[in-house]
Amino acid sequence: MTVRIDQTRCIGSGQCVLAAPDVFDQSDDDGLGVVLVAEPPADLLPGVRDAVDRCPAQVVTLEE
Amino acid sequence: MTEAAVCPVHHERDHPLHPPIGFAEAVSDGPVRMVWPNGVEAWMVSSYAGVRQVLSDPRFSTRKGGQPEMRTDNGEEVLDPDQPGNINGIDGAEHMRLRRPLSRGFMVKRMNELRPRIQQIVDEHLDVMEAKGAPADLVASLCLPLPSLVIAELLGVPPEHQELFQATAGDLFGKNGSKDEYLAHATKLAEVLTPIVEAKRAAGTNDDMIGLMANDTDFSMEELIFLCIGLLAAGHETTSNFLGLFTLHLFEKPDQLEVLRRDPSRADVVVEELMRYTVGQLGGPGLTRRATEDVEVDGVLIKAGDWVSVSLMANLDEALCPRAEQLDLERDAVSHLGFGFGPHQCLGANLARAELQIGLRTLFERFPNLRPAVPVTEMRYRNDMITYGAAEIPVVW
Ligand code: HEM
Ligand code: SF4
Repeated sequence: MTVRIDQTRCIGSGQCVLAAPDVFDQSDDDGLGVVLVAEPPADLLPGVRDAVDRCPAQVVTLEE
Repeated sequence: MTEAAVCPVHHERDHPLHPPIGFAEAVSDGPVRMVWPNGVEAWMVSSYAGVRQVLSDPRFSTRKGGQPEMRTDNGEEVLDPDQPGNINGIDGAEHMRLRRPLSRGFMVKRMNELRPRIQQIVDEHLDVMEAKGAPADLVASLCLPLPSLVIAELLGVPPEHQELFQATAGDLFGKNGSKDEYLAHATKLAEVLTPIVEAKRAAGTNDDMIGLMANDTDFSMEELIFLCIGLLAAGHETTSNFLGLFTLHLFEKPDQLEVLRRDPSRADVVVEELMRYTVGQLGGPGLTRRATEDVEVDGVLIKAGDWVSVSLMANLDEALCPRAEQLDLERDAVSHLGFGFGPHQCLGANLARAELQIGLRTLFERFPNLRPAVPVTEMRYRNDMITYGAAEIPVVW
């Protein structure tokens, strides 16, 4: 399971950080979403799925 | 095609906290054609999936050029569609150019840093309310002053300019004036802001919003000033109305208020559910877009050039959560549309969340017996078309 953010369309909303703070952060340089843990353990997956759903720019993906 | 129904753009409600009469029935069947008060015909989209699609699909544009203002009867446009710095009226790369640098100023981390200051502002205002004694008007005591003080903090308005800034901002947004009055107050606010921007430019700092825009972006002075005014406009009445409406919903549903009282540490989840429900119950036509190509939404073909308005009543769609028509403060946060969706989703959402969480939690912790001094149905409401809220909330404790 790999988590990715397509930064080219990210608007830096931070919804991913709210959904899964252990997996996502925002870059201090530009506020864009960054993935901290690309292969998150199972207990963090619900938060990641929530981030996929909530991301207003629809740029967070979780590949099975 | 069948004749389009007239869009019920009004605030006649059978209860001040329910949707406008007839609205739910009018929008229930997927995209429907409706006529706005100014005669423009548009699609109304109100399903959860449909609203998400319209707000996030790049084939729908937010450019308002040529659109007579839908919410007013006389079609008067309050804002020039080509106004530099109008972040809500541009798409794609142009929008990203303005939005990205601002996002940095609204980062979750940055909002968390602001929390102690927000708490302090809330505490100070509740101190004054308590000292003056019951009954008090919650709107004047807390809901109205909080957002503009917080935005001034975020922008980085220096203490010596605060009083003038607050007074001018109050003139600009406190009343439903004419377009001319609005423009005169906006000019005044621009005059207050210009020297502040110049000083930050000279100092080269970027630790607040104005400094960040002045020193880390290619924004022109005109864009920058308009963005500052835009932040105030977008974040002032919205947040203050919602803090008031949340409180009223809790007054009307004592069992739900009990949920917050039992565990105030869940204020974050509670605010998400209140946001979902309150926005859904407001009803109304919501946000406007225009199709740039033919697009199918909920099985209906919307043609290039058609106007579309999305109703955030979609927050009450069962596709979002079970028993969506009910306020349930025990449910986990769901992906609601209270702050919109897509690239224009509310820039200030995380700031508004912090204010609402701290405001609501502190209010009921400090005054566990807080209750309305008159019935909620007998309070005065502001029937302004863009924002809806209580004009006064008389409370005792
Ligand atoms: C409870 C309070 C608030 C609510 C319900 C709210 C709601 C919204 C909604 C629904 C949109 C989307 C508009 C669209 O798609 O066309 C939006 C956009 C926006 N909001 Fe908020 N808002 C709130 C507070 C704030 C605050 C505190 C600020 C700033 C200090 C703010 C700044 C903005 C800006 C700048 C936009 C335009 C973003 C863009 O077009 O890219 N809002 N807001
Ligand atoms: S939620 Fe989406 S748009 Fe927002 S910061 Fe994360 S990746 Fe970017």
